[in-house]
Amino acid sequence: MTLNAAITGIGMSDIGRKTNRPAMLHLAEAAKRALESAGLTKDDIDGICTYPGKADNSPGMSPLGTGEVRNALGLKTRWHSAVPDGPAQMAPIMVAAMAVATGQARHVLCFRALTESSSQTATRRASIPGAGRARLGGWYSYLVPANAMSASNWAGWMATRYFHEFGMTREHLGMVATGQRAFAQHNPAAVMQSPLTMEDYLGARMISSPLGLFDCDVPIDGACVIIVSAADAAKDCANPPLTIDALGSALHSQETWDQRADLTTMGAHDACADLWSRTDLKPADVDVLALYDGFSIFVPYWLEAFGFCGHGEAKDFIAAGHIGPGGRFPVNTGGGQLSGGRLHGFGLLHEACTQLWGQGGGRQVDGAKVAVCGMGGGFIAGSMLLRRG
Amino acid sequence: MRPLPELTPENTAFWTGGAEGKLMIAFCTACDDAIHPPQLICPKCWNETIEFKEVSGIGTVYTFTVNHQPWTPGLAVPFALAVVDLDGAPGVRVTAEVVNTNPETVRIGQALRVTFANIEDIWFPQWEPAQ
Repeated sequence: MTLNAAITGIGMSDIGRKTNRPAMLHLAEAAKRALESAGLTKDDIDGICTYPGKADNSPGMSPLGTGEVRNALGLKTRWHSAVPDGPAQMAPIMVAAMAVATGQARHVLCFRALTESSSQTATRRASIPGAGRARLGGWYSYLVPANAMSASNWAGWMATRYFHEFGMTREHLGMVATGQRAFAQHNPAAVMQSPLTMEDYLGARMISSPLGLFDCDVPIDGACVIIVSAADAAKDCANPPLTIDALGSALHSQETWDQRADLTTMGAHDACADLWSRTDLKPADVDVLALYDGFSIFVPYWLEAFGFCGHGEAKDFIAAGHIGPGGRFPVNTGGGQLSGGRLHGFGLLHEACTQLWGQGGGRQVDGAKVAVCGMGGGFIAGSMLLRRG
Repeated sequence: MRPLPELTPENTAFWTGGAEGKLMIAFCTACDDAIHPPQLICPKCWNETIEFKEVSGIGTVYTFTVNHQPWTPGLAVPFALAVVDLDGAPGVRVTAEVVNTNPETVRIGQALRVTFANIEDIWFPQWEPAQ
């Protein structure tokens, strides 16, 4: 049930905090590294795609659209698109896969660029939707005016309900945060590499209960490029193609953070059930997991959504050490967004590919051949199953 | 400055009902489904005649969070945000700040009553303890 599409190249800029470096230079650096990784040249790129496209409704959230990047990099494309409404941050990878599978392009440069760190100030916080607008519309007009203005609030009330139903505690989320930091110590590209203890985690200030500072990912400046190629074209690339075995995009509840009947589940549960219906592989076949961790609480949700454990069992699964270094189902081996920085899912996919190519250095998972990637939190979700060869 | 919602044909009754102390929720006139956020069409049966009805303004906390981070200048913290299952409108939740109580005392299952805060032409629902 393969899509005839593969990931052939990955590149990430030197990400950092308050870099004050133009987004385009981050993007260009990521693009050069991705081409080098794929063994391609600029002239091989005949498609471009991004999420969400240029957007200025939240500071530094998406400073570049496909048009600006085509202009700056001098690309001649046969196909281009930006995907603001889709299965979360994975949408551009998904539509690029469909584009190459249908012959619209052979090698699509998919990118995500953010300058949230440099763009935010005391009065302009990153990731506050609608900032600076006179009046709000859409789903967040029911949340932001009620002072529920940050995703940490929305994820916070999901966590409160989950804790209530299943007995999860802050220590369980602390295991996610400290485990990912332990991975990050072997990732020179991660923005947070100093050791993080459970004491540090529990002692940090509260942001939106039960989520504290280290439950929240880190706004950064940076860019990431993923090259999606047609299966036949992928064979000519420098690395073994990473075949997109299946995608899952289903969404059964409405676009809100508070109306889903059971808020101990989220869009990921719909998307992952859809994914497994499209493949013969099973969760037990998976070696590496890249799970969206804008907030730590999303990790147990994604674990359950993908079926690595049952509903309500993630706390025991985490406590058993399955997801950290040395675990059977290692999650976010580059440190994730919690320690690596918020590249909106692209960084997580970059790490999954790094692992499947055996390039993980001190954090390499031995013999990794199959990975899942889940992007998004709350009502949006996209899921992917990747395999080497 | 608190951002305000744009008033539209489908949401005006919800955002202005508080002027008369009423929490107004959209219902389908054909299948009686409660619709929130309000729509111009019933998502269940596609009937286009939607009617706003006053509900009791009492609800039960489904979940909550206490926000400690001052996201915008002058935002007074901490405060509790409650996601509340509304009595009389099955499947509908209204999320709002909990006022007139210590935010640390908010609990799942707690009964809350609506009250309203007015800014310009908007009457924001807010929650307070029902007792």
